[in-house]
Amino acid sequence: MLPIAAVVWESRANGAAGFWSVVSDSQAVSALELSLVCALIVAGINAATGTIIAWVLVRDDFRGKSLVNAIIDLPFALPTIVAGLTLIALYGPRSPVGIDVTDTRTAIVLALLFVTLPFVVRTVQPVLLELDTEMEEAARSLGAGEGTVFRRIVLPNILPGILSGVALAFARAVGEIGALILISGNLPFKTQVASVFIFLHIQSGDTAGASAIAVVLLAISFAVLLVIGAIRYFATRHEHAR
Amino acid sequence: MSIEIRNVGKRFGDFVALDDVTLEVETGSLTALLGPSGSGKSTLLRIVAGLERPDAGSVALDGEDVTARAPQARGIGFVFQHYAAFKHMTVRKNVAFGLEIRRRPKAEVAERVDELLHLVQLHGLADRYPAQLSGGQRQRMALARALAVEPSVLLLDEPFGALDARVRKELRVWLRRLHDEQDVTTVIVTHDQEEAMDVADRIALIHEGRIQQIGEPRELYDAPANDFVMTFFGPVVRTEGGLVRPHDLELSLDERPGASEAMVARVVHLGFEVRVDLLDGNGRAFSTQLTRDEEAELELERGQIVFVSPRNGSVGTPGLGVGEELVQ
Repeated sequence: MLPIAAVVWESRANGAAGFWSVVSDSQAVSALELSLVCALIVAGINAATGTIIAWVLVRDDFRGKSLVNAIIDLPFALPTIVAGLTLIALYGPRSPVGIDVTDTRTAIVLALLFVTLPFVVRTVQPVLLELDTEMEEAARSLGAGEGTVFRRIVLPNILPGILSGVALAFARAVGEIGALILISGNLPFKTQVASVFIFLHIQSGDTAGASAIAVVLLAISFAVLLVIGAIRYFATRHEHAR
Repeated sequence: MSIEIRNVGKRFGDFVALDDVTLEVETGSLTALLGPSGSGKSTLLRIVAGLERPDAGSVALDGEDVTARAPQARGIGFVFQHYAAFKHMTVRKNVAFGLEIRRRPKAEVAERVDELLHLVQLHGLADRYPAQLSGGQRQRMALARALAVEPSVLLLDEPFGALDARVRKELRVWLRRLHDEQDVTTVIVTHDQEEAMDVADRIALIHEGRIQQIGEPRELYDAPANDFVMTFFGPVVRTEGGLVRPHDLELSLDERPGASEAMVARVVHLGFEVRVDLLDGNGRAFSTQLTRDEEAELELERGQIVFVSPRNGSVGTPGLGVGEELVQ
């Protein structure tokens, strides 16, 4: 709580008018928008791919499964600046696969997808492991096809796990800087995200301005996390019914 | 709907779960698949349901081969030992599930669900979640859910195995009544011989993946096909000629032909029954059961020598002679 309080305190150094002029600046608004939209897209893609990866790791058997399982966590172990360098090597001007995405919004989404990949996988995996497969068998014996079994039985039970992972991935994506600072190109109104924007303000000695934008970013992120939390609460109402 | 299981085999790796099992279940009957754990009885039930595929053999419902048919298309109700309750749905939604996915009109679903909830006496708990129910209530809900789609075959896999003894007895009486009221062929898997005898018309006793004997409960008790069947239905004493139940051993104070000598080690009064623990000539322990009156007549005392022989007409396994020397 203390660091967050300190940021809020710092942000009011220039008074309400100063605060407003910083955060309503069109470049700041654009950076905030880009950060939030990219984070939401990344969280959404993660919800699907993370669930699929978790499903394959839990339900399927294949050679090298434990290796894949171990590799999933690597993005966490890598300093994100290194992740950024790696992505430039792979998808930069000298790309061995012939794809150059540097200085584009695609680059931002790709970089964020890489660093947030483990979240949904790791929150869904234990829920899937715990999931009583007899529920699915019971549904099948009652006439439910595989699609219905997934939609009506599996999904409602793993949804809280997916949402937890989505919330973590979103929060991480909003705050990510290391993986983006090199590959995004930091072009104002195009590929400049809020975290990098804040970093530039700090470098130029404007800590109050940086804090003001950080506070807005925090407030919006908090609102998004609250919404995800509310959906999660609704999805688990059977667990706290007494 | 009749069930015909022909020459079914199933392996899990090196483990032979079922070995050439053939069994016919008559329309409208209540059959118990009885056996110790690991005998293959649950696997057999799951094969009938289509939840497991046999490696060999076939399953037919009313003469129609369904071996390759998916569980969805078999028209059976399945009840699991651990309820398999849809924990994210209310009791009402659980029971309605089979009807809802068949897209029946809402009013019809509501009416049928209410009817079923009354049948299983859960109408007051319709809006609760499974986590708010006791084990017995959950299993009744699972039964209502299975019955909702009006299956012609109801399969129950150790349905009362996770419940305490009192609830178990209540539910099996209730299951029998339910079976008699509904137009359904029921197969129940159990490891409890008392439960099987209480509830079933016919019992198929399974051991090590093979059917040991099929028959009415009395047949299995009175005419066991082999030693395993005999021992499965309660304690037995091994005599030289074969196995005998303790209450089929007669004690007398006088020596008589065919009887063997034993010493009374302990006399235990169990109400109507009296258990007499004995030691045979080789010092091996065994026991007999007498009625209170029989014991009173003999006035047995510890250390006394008695003569033991199987009663006339006592149950034994085939080819059993009268034992001369008792060995436990």
